[in-house]
Amino acid sequence: MISITSDVIDPDLLRKTLFDPGAGAYTSFEGWIRNENEGHSVLRLEYEAYEPLALTEGRSILTEAQDKFPHLHAHCVHRIGLLEIGDCAVWVGVSSPHRDEAFLACRYIIDEIKVRLPIWKKEHYADGHSGWVNCERCASHA
Amino acid sequence: MKTITVRYFAMFREHAGLDEETLTLDATSAADVFVATRDSHGSDEPSGHCKVAINDVMADWDSPVVDGDTVLLFPPVAGG
Repeated sequence: MISITSDVIDPDLLRKTLFDPGAGAYTSFEGWIRNENEGHSVLRLEYEAYEPLALTEGRSILTEAQDKFPHLHAHCVHRIGLLEIGDCAVWVGVSSPHRDEAFLACRYIIDEIKVRLPIWKKEHYADGHSGWVNCERCASHA
Repeated sequence: MKTITVRYFAMFREHAGLDEETLTLDATSAADVFVATRDSHGSDEPSGHCKVAINDVMADWDSPVVDGDTVLLFPPVAGG
């Protein structure tokens, strides 16, 4: 399941959606807003998504992960709107019978989310300027 | 010539100053639309760094466009 929301992400609540008696492993990833990017002091970020296709593409990514790793439960939530330093912008959680596929699936999902979903972020800097982030250039270390 | 509705997102929308426009274009592919609207979206990015959808379905730059299509131009994405 994937969702796009302007509400605060609550990882403690979300992880409960992945409970399964057959799952022996749970991993999650939280992407947080940090206060610096490429030498610029960042005050806040503004996210926007084209929701119809972000959801379609997100569902495809989760299905791909479940095809690669059988018996996987996967869930992703992405924030939109104005986010402050420390806010959680994206959460990915997976549960599976064993840890290896849980780690691998979580990594696969967040990596694909970052480069495939039609989501954009604008950074607002301490010097008053702002700029769109280009993850085609930063994907390798984002 | 084809009538194509072009939708702009994020930095493309800000540069174009509008969400969408309907244009009459001599275009056979999505890439043709990207080039023909360069003055609007303002991007000097190669199309390979951007994404495109046609009628709300993700497409490739060499995907054909037909009269009446809506082409969505996505600047480089930055989720997460």
